[in-house]
Amino acid sequence: MNYGVVVFPGSNCDNDALYATAMNAHASSRFLWHKETSIPSDIDCVILPGGFSYGDYLRSGAIARFSPIMRAVVDFANNGGFVLGICNGFQVLTEAGLLPGALARNTRQLFSCASVHMLVENNKTAFTTAYAQHELVTMPIAHGEGSYFADQRTIDELESNQRVVFRYCNSSGVADRQSNPNGSLNNIAGIISANGNVMGLMPHPERVCDTLLGGTDGLGIFHSLAQHFQTA
Amino acid sequence: MVDGSVSRLHVPIMKTFTAMITVTLRSGILDVQGKTVEHALHTMGYTSVGHVRMGKHVTFTVEAETEGHARSIAQESCEKLIANPIMEDFDIRIQEVA
Repeated sequence: MNYGVVVFPGSNCDNDALYATAMNAHASSRFLWHKETSIPSDIDCVILPGGFSYGDYLRSGAIARFSPIMRAVVDFANNGGFVLGICNGFQVLTEAGLLPGALARNTRQLFSCASVHMLVENNKTAFTTAYAQHELVTMPIAHGEGSYFADQRTIDELESNQRVVFRYCNSSGVADRQSNPNGSLNNIAGIISANGNVMGLMPHPERVCDTLLGGTDGLGIFHSLAQHFQTA
Repeated sequence: MVDGSVSRLHVPIMKTFTAMITVTLRSGILDVQGKTVEHALHTMGYTSVGHVRMGKHVTFTVEAETEGHARSIAQESCEKLIANPIMEDFDIRIQEVA
């Protein structure tokens, strides 16, 4: 399968995403420059990587959302194309309206840089079939604005349709207040679109795909996608 | 267009307005910056201060025929880019530049 990793000015996890998909997950992967106006026809999944696109000016993801490639990414997603937004990429997806809600400033007033535990709350998505249902995974976070917020109706809709894919929890798998690193409603770490082709999460799966980097819990996402496109 | 004047003869008289926009977090969302500043003010002895809210101040000029038109441009700018209506409120003041 073929990944396209979008490079915005200020992206800084683009190389990590390229490395994880190409070297760790053994897929074909290449960069897509933010000034491109279309997604090449052979791309199966677009990754919006972490970083500080456009300096995080105004709000995280607010300016990137209007960059030339995002119009193409929105069309791609609306036509069923797969899109994975990691950290800043998740923020861009909410700003673009491809995922509901918004990422507000962390309630602890800090830029959180840590390894966090999460539960895989839905392993039926194309992004998560390689995980067991309710599997406990550990991934790093690195963000100042990752507090997931949406109105109650949206939260209810996400919860009742299993659209919360990853949820912050403690090492025993309990999603309590202490294990919530940023004040996200319902400990939400990652969500998926209604039709299952757009996923966004604040933690960084691409940073835990290589044993040299201390873990491989992120690989499941790329293995799941590989399986999806192999059997599709 | 006024009094049935023919559109091709209608030369709009454009005026310059200043839009002054204040963006703040919606009331239901914890404003951590505001809270931090409030705590600092209390530590300094200003214990009568409360409800500190932090926000953004954005200004720009607009060329428009009327104040209403200038306001609608500012309103659209806020809804689409300057504020995120999911978590932010905004307030617009329009002033004609003399």
